[in-house]
Amino acid sequence: MLPTKGGEAHSGTVMLNGLPAVFFYLFAFVAIASAFMVIAARNPVHSVLFLILTFFNAAGLFLLTGAEFLAMILLVVYVGAVAVLFLFVVMMLDVDFAELKSGALQYAPIGALVGIILVGELIVVLGGYAFSPRLAATTGQPTPPLAERANTAALGDVLYTHYLFAFQLAGMVLLVAMIGAIVLTLRHKANVRRQDINQQVARVPETAIEIRKVRTGEGV
Amino acid sequence: MGELAFGQSGAMDALLYSYMPVVIFMGVALLIGVALIVTPFIVAYRNPDPEKLSAYECGFNAFDDARMKFDVRFYLVSILFIIFDLEVAFLFPWAVSFGAIGWVGFWSMMAFLGVLTIGFIYEWKKGALEWD
Repeated sequence: MLPTKGGEAHSGTVMLNGLPAVFFYLFAFVAIASAFMVIAARNPVHSVLFLILTFFNAAGLFLLTGAEFLAMILLVVYVGAVAVLFLFVVMMLDVDFAELKSGALQYAPIGALVGIILVGELIVVLGGYAFSPRLAATTGQPTPPLAERANTAALGDVLYTHYLFAFQLAGMVLLVAMIGAIVLTLRHKANVRRQDINQQVARVPETAIEIRKVRTGEGV
Repeated sequence: MGELAFGQSGAMDALLYSYMPVVIFMGVALLIGVALIVTPFIVAYRNPDPEKLSAYECGFNAFDDARMKFDVRFYLVSILFIIFDLEVAFLFPWAVSFGAIGWVGFWSMMAFLGVLTIGFIYEWKKGALEWD
């Protein structure tokens, strides 16, 4: 593929100093605090708003690592579209708050199970990195240095050629999502009169009106 | 600056400092927003009574709760919006590295767009873009 030099840098210590470090701690702190508020807030609408704040801070963290494209896509797709969809769902559900609070504890075991599985997966990922620091260089696609190739361009260089099948699969998934959404939610009302402009324009006097001779005193 | 992520501090610094105007903009926005919220508490004349604070709809008492059920058709519109939003998101890196990926990259994107166009035709013929 493309010439890459960033691979061996993964084994070096990753440190941030100065102003970027200040912003890292700001973004990280606000992200964790607002993520906690997502599950702690009693009003589901407030939860979604805190989720949006978390997305913003995660975008800031992406930016600090140089992943410009991911940061912007996080804002456009997650904040602009997914969070709005969440708000729709929350408002569509017609939630009764008192009822919601009473049933919260019965979901605790399954929530804890999901949490434990996630922690386990994180340990596997980080543990693998500790055992084999060269793992990222050998298995992943190393990022070329920022001075040579901008992040978005580096992504585009591999996404459409090297990861062609994954890319086409993403297209198929979007197609399935589109058809699934239509099949599940599209209901046409019966007896709706639509305006068909073609039909209106195609009308001529011969087809539209009928002329009858009416004799005096006889009616139609 | 010290040793930055992936040992490429020069270009990294240039990237991060190019976002300085955004930070300044957000700082100014925060300042103005907070000022507009705080000043009424300090300077505005306040004399509340229950009638003035009660909710009303166009001069009537509130009929209903503000949180009522949405029509599911709004949901369909927003899901279709997200799908085409993602499609456009895939176009950005493609356009940026268009010169480097050659004909394979070009036709790979054309196939991707073709698959989504099939979905678009299905959606159009099904009448999902019409409201009634």
